[in-house]
Amino acid sequence: MPEQLVFAMEVFLNGLMAGVLYALVALGFVLIYKASGIFNYAQGVMALFSAMTLVGIMEGQVPFSHLINAILGTSVHHFGWHLPAALAILVTMGVMVLLAWLVQVVIFRHLVNQEPIILFMATIGLAYFLEGLGDLMWGSDIKKLDVGLPQGINLWIDETTFNIFDYGFFIDNLDIVATIIAALLVGVLVAFSQYTKQGRAMRAVADDHQAALSVGVSLSFIWVMVWSVAGFVALVAGIMWGAKSGVQFSLSLIALKALPVLMLGGFTSIPGAIVGGLIIGVGEKLFEFAIGPIIGGATENWFAYVLALVFLVFRPQGLFGDKIIERV
Amino acid sequence: MFYREAGDFKTSYQDDNQTFPIKFDRYRYYFVLFVAFAIIPFIINDYWANAVFLPFLIYAIAAIGLNILTGYCGQVSLGTGGFMAVGGYAIYKFMTAFPDVNVFFHVILAGLVTAFVGVLFGLPSLRIKGFYLAVATLAAQFFLVWLFNRVPWFYNYSASGQITAPERTVFSNPVTGANSEPWMVYLFCLVFLVMLTLVARNLTRGALGRSWMAIRDMDIAAEIIGVNPLKAKLTAFAVSSFYVGVAGALYFSVYLGAAETEAFGITKSFNILFMIIIGGLGSIFGSFAGAAFLVLLPVVLKNVLVAWLGWPTDLAAHLEFLIVGGLIITFLILEPHGLAQLWRVTKEKLRLWPFPY
Amino acid sequence: MLDQEQGYVTADGRQIGGTVMDMRNITLRFGGVTAIKDISFDIREGEIRAIIGPNGAGKSSMLNVISGFYVPQEGEVYFRGQKRAPMRPYEVARQGIARTFQNIALFEGMSVLDNVMTGRLTQMKAGILSQALWRGKAEKEEVENREICEKVIDFLEIQHIRKTPVARLPYGLKKRVELARALASEPKLLLLDEPMAGMNVEEKEDMSRFILDVNDEFGTTIALIEHDMGVVMDLSDRVVVMDYGRKIGDGTPDEVRNNQEVIDAYLGVSHD
Repeated sequence: MPEQLVFAMEVFLNGLMAGVLYALVALGFVLIYKASGIFNYAQGVMALFSAMTLVGIMEGQVPFSHLINAILGTSVHHFGWHLPAALAILVTMGVMVLLAWLVQVVIFRHLVNQEPIILFMATIGLAYFLEGLGDLMWGSDIKKLDVGLPQGINLWIDETTFNIFDYGFFIDNLDIVATIIAALLVGVLVAFSQYTKQGRAMRAVADDHQAALSVGVSLSFIWVMVWSVAGFVALVAGIMWGAKSGVQFSLSLIALKALPVLMLGGFTSIPGAIVGGLIIGVGEKLFEFAIGPIIGGATENWFAYVLALVFLVFRPQGLFGDKIIERV
Repeated sequence: MFYREAGDFKTSYQDDNQTFPIKFDRYRYYFVLFVAFAIIPFIINDYWANAVFLPFLIYAIAAIGLNILTGYCGQVSLGTGGFMAVGGYAIYKFMTAFPDVNVFFHVILAGLVTAFVGVLFGLPSLRIKGFYLAVATLAAQFFLVWLFNRVPWFYNYSASGQITAPERTVFSNPVTGANSEPWMVYLFCLVFLVMLTLVARNLTRGALGRSWMAIRDMDIAAEIIGVNPLKAKLTAFAVSSFYVGVAGALYFSVYLGAAETEAFGITKSFNILFMIIIGGLGSIFGSFAGAAFLVLLPVVLKNVLVAWLGWPTDLAAHLEFLIVGGLIITFLILEPHGLAQLWRVTKEKLRLWPFPY
Repeated sequence: MLDQEQGYVTADGRQIGGTVMDMRNITLRFGGVTAIKDISFDIREGEIRAIIGPNGAGKSSMLNVISGFYVPQEGEVYFRGQKRAPMRPYEVARQGIARTFQNIALFEGMSVLDNVMTGRLTQMKAGILSQALWRGKAEKEEVENREICEKVIDFLEIQHIRKTPVARLPYGLKKRVELARALASEPKLLLLDEPMAGMNVEEKEDMSRFILDVNDEFGTTIALIEHDMGVVMDLSDRVVVMDYGRKIGDGTPDEVRNNQEVIDAYLGVSHD
């Protein structure tokens, strides 16, 4: 088999994995948008914040230590304990639920009938606020996240592909685990929304707030639930990305990457988020591999957006989105 | 008692169209202009110019530009940083290619180039609306920044990838480069701001402004009653990009002096968007207010927290994020029309003072 | 039958001319749903033509076809003798067709005066440079068009709210402002989509008076969708009745009132 094709296959596989992670972040968006019509720009920062909180709790950091030290002149940094990963994840999840409740009560309850653009800008404000809060609580240095997930090159794949293609594929164990977890999560979310009472209520709210109210659905409860689930998704995404490349500011930029995913898949479709993520993941990596060297490289910075843009011009509602019928 | 319209009747439609129908407002405006042109140049120094006045003037121009596109015409754009980059790199190429032409004209040319690029990236707005358009403008942002980073022609093949503004003079006084005096640079930017504000005022109160606002409020109805959506949207992109391009050109050539593409990243886009949200969408005064606010905030924070309280600078930076984010949310909840609306309400109350209603 | 080309004078002295809008065999589909099935009717110059029918009959869709927002899959539209080529809604507006909307479509970010002035946008031709400098053509045009709009504002008695943001107005006044916006463009054909919806008796009388005055003073041809039978019978010269996308009646109010099929449609006799 020609060498280029073998390389391309490896790039393709890595692209699929990256795509799964994108899809994971995009899922958080879809959930919130479906239930409340809010486009949550802060989803990426939520991933960062949750990852930072997780590390902070695991390492026993004192929250707001910089601030406290600056005001009181003390020099505290750590409590001195180390929490096992599983427990820390539970605690972090609790924090995210609290955050979801606060966000609903403090912000979105007051913005109930506003235009979508105002809601979107509120989430941008939330993103900045959370970013500042996260930095204030845990410090903005890069942190290493280790929850015990396997990392490093998967030796079995390396050997097998070497035997077949004379070239060992480099597939990171972490990516494989991430794919499996993401797939599981997607399955759980789909099942939840289709088969449980709360899931049905969520879909009702997504369709029509007034109608949902009239059959006794508590909007507040649904929205807190949705933001909590999105928070959970953000935490998983944060763990995956954080384990891969460290917990730092650039994690929040992943949210930006999720946007083209949503544009491709449509804002309201869970399968769309997945398909969109895969297309973007594979597309990016293949484009950089094939054409990147000719035009200077680093095309991953913009390719996803341009691809989505071109796609949107021909199909404004995305692959799976609801067709927009203009009415007067 | 002093803020009155009684006895001040308008007898022609021309008079009714004035920017400042109340005399007191007009005098206030003339006073501000007087201070800006005749007093500040004599007392300004390097620190104040670089920390406060220059950024304010430049960002005000950019904010007006973005407000025209997003606030008046309703087309959300997250690509402002990228368009400022177009202005910055365009003026660099013009300055280095035509060293004998006055830099004043180069600024305008850079604006025109940006207007053209803006129209190109604005074409998708004919099919794409709302959030989708916002995300599409991100394509412009990331692509443009990448372009100026990777294609060496834009930075004249320099090894560092940085662009540096050569010294240029206006009326024999340097405005760019190391020898420029703060008062000269300040006046240069001020002239642009005043001219562009007048033009913006004229455009937004006339037929074009109404067609923009019609598209913003109800684009389908607007088309049915006769507004050509293509013309309205593309002119909004063109005019807006012109302003942003001028701001970018000034930002690089007279303010920074040397720049890399990092200066025009997505953070810039968000900053200017925040200015118009806090200041007030669809308001020229709001653009000024928002720009002033977001320029002064870090200065105030730094002076209070770092210089006075002795806190570390990164703490101040984190707090700034917190405060800006919190303020955005607060404004959106309490007063979605921003500082401009608060100002309008204050004026209404002043009109009636001392009566409550 | 009256000759299509010849006009006539009504009992109260109004001049009705020849055909100005001719809809021929219009069929409009949305995916699987056929909203309009093979409908033909005409509107004569200077008349008041009502389009009535039970809910869901396709009346608003028909109005949208007339104003160019929907393009029918079959059939042709003739305006002032000329077949309508494929064109965008704003080009249709330029030809002189103005309308109001069922669920008010005012520009909520602007004042009453600005909304009415948007009605003149098809006529304002000054270029961008002239507007930027607010000299010459732009300034002159602004004042001229302002005068026209003020006449409309006087006519509809909304002078006292001309600077009010429309978002603050009550429903009845909003409907009047929408009418003002449509009138400002000095249309050849005015389409009114349920102008009386949500009004009490007094407001209906006011609106009826305005509609009659518009037709009387300016000779504007009017097509209106309306549910209030009393209004329809009193105001209109001729009526088109639609039901389930089909035309089931076409004639003077009296002719239509006695049409058995129309009576059945309104009383709810089941169709096969």
